[in-house]
Amino acid sequence: MNFEDNPHEAAYRGKVRSWIVANRPDMSHLSPEENRNWHPAHKEVARAWQATKADAGYACLSWPKERGGAGGTQIEEAIFNQEEARAGIQFTYFMTGLHMLLPAMMEYSTDEASLARVPPAVRGEEIWCQLFSEPSSGSDSAGIRTAAVADGGDWVINGQKVWNSGAQIADYGMVVARTDPSVAKHKGLTAFWLDMKTPGVEVRPIRMMSGDNELNEVFLTDVRIPGNQRVGEVGGGWKVIISTLMNERAALGSGTGLSWRDVIALAKQVPSFDGTAMDDPAFREWLADLYIDAEAIRLLSFRTLTALSHGKMPGPEGSAGKLLWSGLGANLSSQAIDILDHGGLIDDPALALANGAFQHRFLWAPGLRLGGGTDEIMKNIIAERVLGLPGDVRVDKDVPFRDIPRGR
Amino acid sequence: MNFDYTDDQKALKDEARKFLSAVAPITVARGVLDAPEAGHDAGLWARIGEQGWCGAAIPESYGGLELGYVELCALAEELGRAVAPVPFASSVYLFAEALLVAGTEEQKAEWLPKVSTGEMIGTLAVTEGPGVLWGALPSTWFENGALSGVKLPVTDGMAADRAVVLANSDEGLRLYLVDLTGPGVTREMISTLDPTRGAARITFANAPAQPLAPGDGPDQLARIHDRAAILLAFEALGGADRALEMARDYALERYAFGRQIGSYQAIKHKLADVFVRNEVARANAYYGAWALASDAPELPVAAAAARVSSSAAYYLAAKENIQTHGGIGFTWEADCHFFYRRARHLSLIIGAPRDWKRRLADRLEDRLAMENQTLAEERA
Repeated sequence: MNFEDNPHEAAYRGKVRSWIVANRPDMSHLSPEENRNWHPAHKEVARAWQATKADAGYACLSWPKERGGAGGTQIEEAIFNQEEARAGIQFTYFMTGLHMLLPAMMEYSTDEASLARVPPAVRGEEIWCQLFSEPSSGSDSAGIRTAAVADGGDWVINGQKVWNSGAQIADYGMVVARTDPSVAKHKGLTAFWLDMKTPGVEVRPIRMMSGDNELNEVFLTDVRIPGNQRVGEVGGGWKVIISTLMNERAALGSGTGLSWRDVIALAKQVPSFDGTAMDDPAFREWLADLYIDAEAIRLLSFRTLTALSHGKMPGPEGSAGKLLWSGLGANLSSQAIDILDHGGLIDDPALALANGAFQHRFLWAPGLRLGGGTDEIMKNIIAERVLGLPGDVRVDKDVPFRDIPRGR
Repeated sequence: MNFDYTDDQKALKDEARKFLSAVAPITVARGVLDAPEAGHDAGLWARIGEQGWCGAAIPESYGGLELGYVELCALAEELGRAVAPVPFASSVYLFAEALLVAGTEEQKAEWLPKVSTGEMIGTLAVTEGPGVLWGALPSTWFENGALSGVKLPVTDGMAADRAVVLANSDEGLRLYLVDLTGPGVTREMISTLDPTRGAARITFANAPAQPLAPGDGPDQLARIHDRAAILLAFEALGGADRALEMARDYALERYAFGRQIGSYQAIKHKLADVFVRNEVARANAYYGAWALASDAPELPVAAAAARVSSSAAYYLAAKENIQTHGGIGFTWEADCHFFYRRARHLSLIIGAPRDWKRRLADRLEDRLAMENQTLAEERA
């Protein structure tokens, strides 16, 4: 057990810390309205920061140089990420591409034309989205109905995807489609990547309960893509899904968003019974519980890192981090609003404390429990793959996909 | 950076588990439960003493093995897992740590070698009745080289030879070393929630006592408590893991409605929740072990977080283990209640979670103020 930097790591951290201080993005010109995820002005700051990092060798630090990375170690990458978070810099535009899809692309594709898409993504020049979920394939993530049919050297894709975060601004997407409905559901899937400007791709934003539009439906109608854009084997799509979902849970479980530090800063500004909310014993007790979960998320990410640094893959226990993180989002935002009392209702960024971030998080929180694997799926994974309890009764197992009963 | 025990520490932990499964099956704890006047199992205590475990973190110069604190944490985890009915925590995490933190050179040289071999048992006597530690000042008083007052409850108070006692005096609150077998000391056994960990009411009537090294008593006590909190967190973690395993095993073995009950999501999701709480406790305990072993400035925050999270995890695991077992789990005959009792024992000695949450919030506020100052200086 060692949570300290060795001398090399400490020196590296010092170097990175000064670099971030000297180069940190200037957000001061953004209005409260602009200083929100997905606002074009906010996105431009994020793009510029990604390019600045890439130029200095801090973007995708552990990736090989020929893929746009810096050829560094996983530990160095983790140190940079920690320092970035410490400096309060958090952008999510590139997460889908850089943390989920492109690692799978590098793992499963050997096609150089496909792999050439990696370096521009590292620089923030190209944004990726994931096209996996469907209206009838949510938690049942192998229940994909979108079909891909081989035609000459190409593939022709038809179907509908949903919950595609960032598809409205994405340049590229990774899609999983059914290439063989005559075999069991996990076996008939294949992954591809595509240009979002390909004819037949139509993106329709979904307005979420938070009022944001960053999730979308994506309709694929006779979308023709060249054969080299297949990722992995024909029938190997499930492996690609698992690889990206594991990456997603690890990334989500490593904890982004508002923290206990933000909550303390808020509590110190809010008058309460006797002094500020920070002086309220009930609040302090709750704060202790919040910190413990937040700290566990941070520390469990070191376990993932320990595994990676020993050349091992993080195991299914990583699902605990995702569960903790989604719970934290709900708990933290709800409690923060509570200490604001009647004033907690105000979500206008121009009027609310902390730019309305807690109200925004409150309206986002139900989505955190659903995206990236629902709380219930995480618990099934822990029960079955960590504790060794039996799987549920599955009527669709070992049945050809086309014969599986379906509702409307 | 390493979120794990080293290979050597794992080997020590495996050995400890094998040893305890052989010499401390749960029937040993049951023996104490059914005959609580013993307070602990003397045979098991002697075997543990022979292993040298009591001196695992005590310096060689004081007769210990000086393996290190992470090693002691590993042993604590296994002792907790075994629900071992022995005064290890009182003697090692509290008494020895009290001397290491606040004892004079002579006191350390005289008593630590005897603690290391297990030939003497020590304990810490702080509480005088219901309520949080500093809810009222202790009425136990020191003057003219002697203590007078009542301490209640004192875990292992019947078995211990020596105690470190918190008392008030003309010089303020201080810690004192007392011979419990000497004059002026009366001890009565008391019944507690966990009879496998004996307890006493100790009455001091002009009992000869020597002060520990000069210093602020409450500050010394807080440092002792922080160190003990981390070690106790490992005992709780070991117990919580075992309670979860028991529930899992029973859920695989028990059938209802034609299926293993462990195949129902009502059971699966409940046990997944227990697993998550155990993971939270593990993460915070490991961080505490590192802070303890390296005497890091993070120790006070890490200790409070380890204590609160391990207390919550053990209670949940023990409670849901009974629930998963159904009616049989509620019987005296089933082993489930050992964990339920021990969970509360561990979370109440040295202060309940509510008390420690308060300490944690105080420490977080201080830490954030320091962090913000550092960040401001960096940007300036």
